[in-house]
Amino acid sequence: MNRLTELFQRKTADVLNVYFTAGFPQLNDTVSILQALQEAGADLVEIGMPYSDPVADGETIQRSNQQALENGMTVAKLFEQLQGIREQGITVPILLMGYLNPVVQFGVEKFCQRCQATGVDGVILPDLPLEVYERQYRPLFAQYGLKVVFLVTPQTSAARVRQLDALADGFIYLVAAAGTTGAQTDMNADVDAYLSRTKALGLQNPTLVGFGISDAASFAAASRHTTGAIIGSAFIRLLQQTPAERQPLAIKEFVHSIRA
Amino acid sequence: MTATAPSPYQVDAHGYYGPFGGAYVPEMLYPNVEELRDNYLRITQDPEFQREFQQLLTDYVGRPTPLFLAKRLSAEYNTTIYLKREDLCHTGAHKINNTIGQILVAKRLGKKRIVAETGAGQHGVATATVCALMGLECIVYMGEIDIERQKPNVDRMRMLGAKVVPAKSGSKTLKDATNEAMRHWISNPTDTHYIIGSVVGPHPYPDMVARFQSVISAETISQLLHQTGRATPDFMLACVGGGSNAAGAFYHYLDEPKVRLIAAEAAGQGIASGHSAATTALGKPGILHGASTILMQTEDGQVTEPYSISAGLDYPGIGPQHAQLFATGRAEFLSITDKQALDAAFQLSRLEGIIPALETGHALACLPLIGAKKDDVVVVCLSGRGDKDLATYTKHLEEYA
Repeated sequence: MNRLTELFQRKTADVLNVYFTAGFPQLNDTVSILQALQEAGADLVEIGMPYSDPVADGETIQRSNQQALENGMTVAKLFEQLQGIREQGITVPILLMGYLNPVVQFGVEKFCQRCQATGVDGVILPDLPLEVYERQYRPLFAQYGLKVVFLVTPQTSAARVRQLDALADGFIYLVAAAGTTGAQTDMNADVDAYLSRTKALGLQNPTLVGFGISDAASFAAASRHTTGAIIGSAFIRLLQQTPAERQPLAIKEFVHSIRA
Repeated sequence: MTATAPSPYQVDAHGYYGPFGGAYVPEMLYPNVEELRDNYLRITQDPEFQREFQQLLTDYVGRPTPLFLAKRLSAEYNTTIYLKREDLCHTGAHKINNTIGQILVAKRLGKKRIVAETGAGQHGVATATVCALMGLECIVYMGEIDIERQKPNVDRMRMLGAKVVPAKSGSKTLKDATNEAMRHWISNPTDTHYIIGSVVGPHPYPDMVARFQSVISAETISQLLHQTGRATPDFMLACVGGGSNAAGAFYHYLDEPKVRLIAAEAAGQGIASGHSAATTALGKPGILHGASTILMQTEDGQVTEPYSISAGLDYPGIGPQHAQLFATGRAEFLSITDKQALDAAFQLSRLEGIIPALETGHALACLPLIGAKKDDVVVVCLSGRGDKDLATYTKHLEEYA
C-alpha cells in the first residue's frame, strides 16, 4: 500500500510533516536529513525540489532554494540521491514538493516513473492548476501510484474546496493565512474559525495545516481541528544555523520540541 | 477585419493561445485571478468604462498619437516608413495605455491598493502616475540592481507618491521584481490589484493588456487609411521584451496575413555570447510567471538571467500570444544586438530629430533586414522616447561623432 495512505489509516491526529529543500545546506545532505527525521519521529517528509523562481515561498525557503541550486541540485540529481533509500531502511512516507517547470522539463511521465522507482509516495506542485491536472496528468500520476496534494487557503470558496478534495488523494494542505511560506501566522481566532469551518465541510482527505507553524504551541493549535501540521521554514532555519556535525542531534531535538 | 471563425492567434475560452497561456498559479492566487477572469470583459466592455477610458486616453495620455511619415529614414532604406509615435504618450511610452485601463478595472473591483513590478521603471512610472490620478496607494517592486541603474525613474515614482520596494531575491532584476509583486498579491489577496506591465502572467492578463494596447493598431488603421488610402501596411515592426507594444501594434492585423509582423528581440551581445535576451532563439516551451510560454532556461528548468543593453527587453520570456505567433510562424522574430540597436537609435535621432528609447532602437534596427521594397509601407511602433536612456547614449556619443 502507498505509505501515505497507510499513514493516514494508522494515524488520524497530530501528524507531523516536515519540509526541507533537497541539496541544502549541502548538496548531499538529502538522505542523512531524511534518516534523522525518520529517527526523530516525523510522520512524513516533504522534500522540496529547488527552483529559481519560487513565488509561493517566503525568504527563508527562497534562500534555501537558491543555495541548493548553487550547490548543484537538480531533479535528476535528487532521484540519484533517493535511489535505494527504501532498501536502506527509510520507511517514512515521502512527498516531493516543487514548481511545475522543472518537472515539465524533466518529463512528467519520466518524473512519475522515477518517483515510483525510488519510493516517492506523492507530490505537491503548487502551480499545477487543478484543471490541467484533471485534463492532462491525473491518469499518469495514478498509474505510477503517486498521491496528489492540493492547497486550500482561507480565500478558497467552499465549492472550490470540494473540487480540490474530490481530485486530491494524498491530503489537503491548508494554508493557514494569506501569505507565502514562513510568514508569521498568529494562530488567532480567524485561523481557528477557518480551520473549524473547513473541518465542517467533512472532506474525504486528511488535512494538514502549513505556513507559519514553527513550534509546539502553533503545532498544537493547528492540529486541533485537523489531522496535523507541516513545518518548513522553521526547520530550514534550524538547518541553516546548525554545524554539520551537530545536524542529526539538532534534528532530533527539534522534532521532539514540536511534539512536546 | 471581419473574423468569421475564432482567430488562432487570440485567446480561447480556456485562456490559451494554442498550447501557450493558461493560469499556472498557486492556489493562493486562484481567487484573485478568478475574480479578474470572471469580470474583465464585463467591466471593460461596459459603455461607461469605455467612455471614461477613451476620455483619459484623449485628454490625459494625449491620444491619438501621430502616425508620422519619416521621409529621410524612408529615403535611407528606399521604402516608405511611418512611425507610430507612442513616445509622445504622457510619461513617454505606450505603457500608460495599459495602466489607465487596469486602474479603471481595479477601481470597479473595489480595490484600494495597486502593486506593480518594473524593470527599467517605465511601467512603474506609468503605474505611479495613474495611482496619483485616481488616489490609490501604489507599491512598485523593482530589482535592487535596476534601482541603482535607473535612478531617474525611481525618483519620478517617488515624486508621484509611490513606494518603491527593492526586490532583493534571486538575480535582483525584473524577473524577481515580478516574483515579489506576485508574493505581495498573495499576502494581500482581497484589497490589492496587481497591474502587470506586459502581456505576460496568468490568463486573463495577456489578453487584457493586449486589448488595452490594441489602441495602437486601431489608430494606425484609420491614420494609414487617411494618409495612404490603405488600411494595412506591408510590414509592422515592434520590439518584444514581454511584448506589450508589439501585442498592441499587431492586434488588429493578426488575421491579415498580408501584413508581415516583425518582432525584434534583444540579442544583447549576441545570441551565442551568453549575454542575451533573445527568448525565441534561446528558449524552450515552459512555465514562467503563471503562463505556459517560451522562456530561457537551463536543462533542469531553472529560469536563466537574460541580458540586454535595454532594461525593458531584459526579460527571460515572452507573452504567451507571442509564443503562439512565433510557433505558428505568423510573426517573424529577429534578434537585434546592443550595437545594432544603438546604431538605429543614433540614426533615427540624426535623420528625423527623434531620440527613441533603446527598446525601440531594436525595432528600428530591423529596417535593413526585412527586404522592404520601394512601394512597400512599413510601420514601426515607436514605443518610447529615449530620455531615460540618455546616460547609456552619452557613453557612446564619441563612436557616433
